[in-house]
Amino acid sequence: MHIAEGVLSPAVLGAGAVLAVAGTALGLRRLEYDRLIGVGILSAAFFVGSLIHVPIGLASAHLVLNGLVGVLLGWAAFPSILAALLLQALLFQFGGITVLGVNTFTMGFAGVLSWYVYRGIRRLVPGTTGLRVAAFCGGALGVALAAVLTALALAFTDEGFQTAAGLLLGAHAPIMVVEGLITMFTVSFIARVRPEMLRMTHADTPRSC
Amino acid sequence: MFDQPFVRPSFLRHRDPRLRLLLAAALAVALAPLQHLTSAALGLGLGCALLALARPPIRPLLRRLAAVNVFILFLWLVTPWTTPGAPLWQWHFLCATVEGVRLSLLVTLKSNAVVCAFLALLATMPPSELGHALERLRCPDKLVFLFLFTGRYIHLLAEEWHTLMTAARLRGFRPRSSMHTYRTLASLLGLLLVRSYERAQRTREAMLLRGFAGRFHSVARFSVGASDLALALGLLLCLAGILWTEYAGVGL
Repeated sequence: MHIAEGVLSPAVLGAGAVLAVAGTALGLRRLEYDRLIGVGILSAAFFVGSLIHVPIGLASAHLVLNGLVGVLLGWAAFPSILAALLLQALLFQFGGITVLGVNTFTMGFAGVLSWYVYRGIRRLVPGTTGLRVAAFCGGALGVALAAVLTALALAFTDEGFQTAAGLLLGAHAPIMVVEGLITMFTVSFIARVRPEMLRMTHADTPRSC
Repeated sequence: MFDQPFVRPSFLRHRDPRLRLLLAAALAVALAPLQHLTSAALGLGLGCALLALARPPIRPLLRRLAAVNVFILFLWLVTPWTTPGAPLWQWHFLCATVEGVRLSLLVTLKSNAVVCAFLALLATMPPSELGHALERLRCPDKLVFLFLFTGRYIHLLAEEWHTLMTAARLRGFRPRSSMHTYRTLASLLGLLLVRSYERAQRTREAMLLRGFAGRFHSVARFSVGASDLALALGLLLCLAGILWTEYAGVGL
């Protein structure tokens, strides 16, 4: 999902940076010091998740997990994803300074939207089924929307990139399904083992200690 | 777990981290919008010169550059053939256009220039140093904390993941594209998250008991000396030269 440096046009890069700063500011404002450590752990998991390879058909892809981070963190997904992407840039040179904004926005915004979808479905359909459907949709939507936004960023840069953007989008369709499944199973695992982790987005979480 | 092969003694490694961060940002912002091949090539030259100052080990360097160029390769496979424009080379129904090749070449030059500068200026600092540099540059406290904390925990989480995967493999788990694989991997991921969450709670309590007030303190002192200023001045002059070539329209 990372776009390399030097590909996108200044207008797209600027817009991405502004939107990422706005999203991060919003996310930080809703994030109290008490929850910072939990959020840091999920950022680290997001980072490690990108190293987990999952077989899909004959090929394999790495997990993106922005849907899962969104579902667990809500708006705090923005600063969380920013921290993880900055580390990826520093340690592996995936992405870079100028594309950091675009990458943070595409993945963070997709994460926040999947949180709203997850919450909506859970309210509509209570119980375990609702949880599973909501988590699947959240995980799949996270990847799908991030791919759409990335493709749009490419297509807006130069019309020569339109085909490449389309191919990128098509390649993400199977990843979407797998990501949805993984998010669904992970969330239902957490719901069984440590349900209070699913309430991390609320400020009034009763502390486990 | 994730060692940084580029953190080793060199001229750039000993320059002020704040200054390196600002210079890297200035370089990236100035190089990314270039539209001429000549100025982009000069930018790549500047990146390589910086890299020489950072004295990176060759093998990891080539590996990193190769990883970055995978996306570029993908663009080369598609863009020259699909961009509309004057034909450059034709083979049956495949037709490479001048515009397409030019666009791909431009992107390749710029992308590598920015990555070289990044490798030289930023990849030579450990995450903690970058975090404290960000803090001194007035980055929000919570974000800096998040960054430092995440940087500390990725190693632990990656190690834990390896342990879990080894345990699963010893029990005969072979990843395939099946529901069983996805369920197993998700359970392992869930276990990883739950364990880390609990560890984070314990860490938090321990930190609070020791009087933690929301901010990591650093013993490192940052100072800007004569060689820092020389580096900044030299880089900015080169950058001005590149921008002049770009906007005066010299070259391609």
